[in-house]
Amino acid sequence: MKTKTTRLWGAMLLALALTLGVAACGSDDDDGGTTTGSDGGGGAIVSNPDNGKVSLTIGSKNFPEQEILGEIYAQALAAAGYEVKSDLNLGSETVARKAVKTGEVSGYPEYASTALTSFFGKEPEEVPADAQGAYEEAKAEFEKEGLTAFAPTPFASANAVGTTTATAEKYDLETVSDLEGVSQDLTLYGSPECPQRIDCLAGLEELYGLKFKAFKSVDIGLRYTVLENGQADLSILFTTDPQLSAEKDKFVILEDDKEVFPAGNVIFVTTQKVSEKAGPDYEETILQVQEGLTLEVMQELDARVELERQTPKEAAAAYLKSAGYTG
Amino acid sequence: MIATFLSLAPASIGGALEFIFTPQDSSVTGGKQVGGFDEVLELTLSQLELTLLALGLSLLVALPLGLYLGHRGSGELFAVVIGNVGRAIPELALIAFMAAAIGVGVLNLTIALAVLGIPPILANAFVGIHQVDRATVDAARGMGMTEFEILRKVEIPLAIPTLFAGLRGATIAIVATATIAPLAGVESLGDFILGENVYGSNGVLAGAIVVALLALTLEFAFAGLQRLLTSPGLKPRTT
Amino acid sequence: MSSPVTPAAVGEVGEGFLKERSSDTLPCQATDALFCWDWAKENIDRYGTPTVQHLELVVISVALGFAVAFALALLAHRRRWLQPPLLAATGVLYTIPSIAFFFLLLPVTGRGRDTAIIALSAYTLQIIYRNTVIGLANVPGSVREAARGMGLTERQILWKVEVPLARPEIFAGLQIATVSTVAIATLAVFAGGGGLGTPIKAGIDFKTNIIIAGGIAILMAIAFGLALLAAQRFWTPWRRAETT
Repeated sequence: MKTKTTRLWGAMLLALALTLGVAACGSDDDDGGTTTGSDGGGGAIVSNPDNGKVSLTIGSKNFPEQEILGEIYAQALAAAGYEVKSDLNLGSETVARKAVKTGEVSGYPEYASTALTSFFGKEPEEVPADAQGAYEEAKAEFEKEGLTAFAPTPFASANAVGTTTATAEKYDLETVSDLEGVSQDLTLYGSPECPQRIDCLAGLEELYGLKFKAFKSVDIGLRYTVLENGQADLSILFTTDPQLSAEKDKFVILEDDKEVFPAGNVIFVTTQKVSEKAGPDYEETILQVQEGLTLEVMQELDARVELERQTPKEAAAAYLKSAGYTG
Repeated sequence: MIATFLSLAPASIGGALEFIFTPQDSSVTGGKQVGGFDEVLELTLSQLELTLLALGLSLLVALPLGLYLGHRGSGELFAVVIGNVGRAIPELALIAFMAAAIGVGVLNLTIALAVLGIPPILANAFVGIHQVDRATVDAARGMGMTEFEILRKVEIPLAIPTLFAGLRGATIAIVATATIAPLAGVESLGDFILGENVYGSNGVLAGAIVVALLALTLEFAFAGLQRLLTSPGLKPRTT
Repeated sequence: MSSPVTPAAVGEVGEGFLKERSSDTLPCQATDALFCWDWAKENIDRYGTPTVQHLELVVISVALGFAVAFALALLAHRRRWLQPPLLAATGVLYTIPSIAFFFLLLPVTGRGRDTAIIALSAYTLQIIYRNTVIGLANVPGSVREAARGMGLTERQILWKVEVPLARPEIFAGLQIATVSTVAIATLAVFAGGGGLGTPIKAGIDFKTNIIIAGGIAILMAIAFGLALLAAQRFWTPWRRAETT
C-alpha cells in the first residue's frame, strides 16, 4: 500500500512538474496583449505622446498573411505612441467587417478585390485592374456605411486554383480553362466560404462553366496538406503563398486566363469615427509602414511564418526592423 | 458582456428558427442562398452518419474485448487505464493530428472518432461484467451453463445499465467531436457553427440548436433502448 | 498637432532579408516530418501562455461546477422528489456538445473566457451531482441510526458522517469531471476563450505543434487525475479507492 501510494505521488508530481514547467517557461508577452508605444529612437516611426490617449485594437482575418499584416500595423502604431491591442484571427471577411462595425476592433487589413466582390457584390470584371482604381471604388463603398479605407500596399494577392505538378502533367493543365472536360473527375478543396464567393468556386462554376466531382471545405491552414496527401486534386491557394516558390517542384497554380480571380492590394479598413479620433498619425503610420511590402517581401514574411513556423509577431518585428521603421 | 450582447448583430432564436426552415441570403453578398430545411437536414444526416459509423466501429472493437476481459476478470488495470486515458484525449488535437497525419475524409475521421468511443465502451463493458455478483455467476456455472451462456444470459443482462452508460458516454464524445468535423473536411452541423462568414450569426445559432437536439435525441433513443433491453425482473435504476 | 513622421531611407528591407528557399533546403518544421525536436526545444516557450490559460479554464470551471453540483446534491439528498428532475437537467447539460453550448451562450454572454467557463462547468454538473448523491445514499442506514442515537442533529449527521463517508464517490466524480474538462477545454478557442486549442488551431497542419499542445493537454489531464486519486486515497484511509 505504501509503495503504491509513493509511486502514485511520484507519477503525479512528475506529470505536474512537466506541465508546470512548460507553463513556467512561457514567455510573458507572446499573445495578443497590450503593447504600449516605445520611444521611437533612431527608427523612422516617431512616437507622438499625444497618441497615447488613443486606444486601438487591430484585427485580422484567419490566415497567416493576414496575421502578419495585423502584427505589422499593430507594432507600428504602438511605436507611434498609441495604446495598441491586437485581436487577430477574427474569422473570414464578413466576420471581420462586422467586428469593425461593432467596434470590437478599430480596423483590419482587407484585400480591395475581396471587399468589392464579397461585400459590395461586384463581378470580377467590374473590379478595376489597377490598385488605385480598386482602392478608390472600395473606399467609396465603405464610406456609405461609415467605414473608410487607407491607400493600398504595393503587393497584391489573389486566389488561385492550385494542384500538384504531377496532376498538372497528367491532365496537361496550364490554365484554369484547361480544366474543361476534366474537372468533373476532380475534387476541389477550399475554405468554407469558397462556394459563395465569385472569386472562388462560384466564379469557377458560373464564369468558367466548370463542374467538379466534389467540393470539400477545409481549414485554410490545410490547403497544401490536402494536396500533398493526395486527397485533393485541386486546392484553392493564394498567389503570395511561400510554398509556390519554395516547393515549386511540388505545387503549381493554374493561370487565371478568364480573369475571374482579381488580385487585390491590401487596404486598411477602419471606421471614420476611429480615424478622426486617432489623429493623422493613424493613417500616416499605416501608409508609411506598408511601403516596404513588395511582393517579394510579403512572400518572405509568409515563408517565415508558414514554412519556418515563426510567429507572425516575430516576422512582423523583423520586417519593421530591417526596413528601418523601428529601432 | 452586456455591451457585446447589445452591439452584436443579434442572433435571435426567431432568426435561427427561420434559418432552419427557409433559405436565406448568404452573408457573402452575391453568394448563393444558404440555410433552409434541406441543407439543415443534409448536414444533420451527415453528422448522424459519421456518428453511427464511429459508434459501430467502437462497439465492434471495444465491446467483445471488454466483455471477454470482464468475464475472465483479467486486465482490470488495462481497462481502467484505457477508460481514464480515453477521457483525457483532447478532441481538437486528435482531429487535427489525424487530418495532418492520415488525411481528411469520412473514413479517416471515423477512425479518429472511434479512438474516442472505444475507451468508455471498453472500460464500462469490463466494469459492468466484472461487477456482477460472483455468487450469481457461480450459481449459473453450477447449473451447467457454458461460459458463453453465462455471459449472455446472466452477466450481460445484469450489466445493461453500466454498458449503456458506456455507450452513451461514447456517443456524447463522438457527437461532440463530429461537430468539428469540418476542420477535417467532412460536412456536419459544424459547418453552420464554424461558418459565421457564410451563414451569419443566425446560422451559427441554428447549427448549435440542431446539434443540441441531435445529441438529446440520440440520448433519448439509447435510454429507450436500454429500457427495452433491461430484463423486467431487474429493478429499474434511477439513471 | 502631431510632428510629421519623416521617413528616412525606409521602405526597403535590408540586404539578406529575402532568402532563397527550395525543397531540399527547408528546415524540419516546413516539411511533413512527424516531430521536429530542434524546433520543439527552441519554441517550447510559445506554449506557456496557452498552458496557463488552459489551467485557469479547467480549475475555475471545475470549481464552479463542483460548487453548484455539490449544492444541488445536498439539496436533493433529503428530498427524493428533486432527484429525477435534477438528474435530467444536469443530464441535458452533459449531453449537449460543449461547442454547441458555446454558441448557444454567445448571444447572451458574448465571446470570451466567461462563455467557455460556463459551458465547461455545465458539462461537469451531472457527473459530480450524480456521484455525490449516490455517495450520500450509500451511507449505511445503520450508521445513520447510530449517529442519530448519539444525539447528533440532522445537520451534524450530514457534515460529520454522511459527507465524509461519501468522499470516495465524490472524489471519483471530481476526478472524472476534471480529466474530461482538460480534454474539452481545447475547444475553448472557438468561444474566444484561449487555452491549448489556440496553438493547435493556429498550426493545424503542423504535426510537431499538435503533438506538443495535445501532449501538454494529456499530461495535464493525467496529472490532475493522479493528483485527485492521491487526494482521494489520502482522505479516505479507511477505504480502498474505488474507480467508477
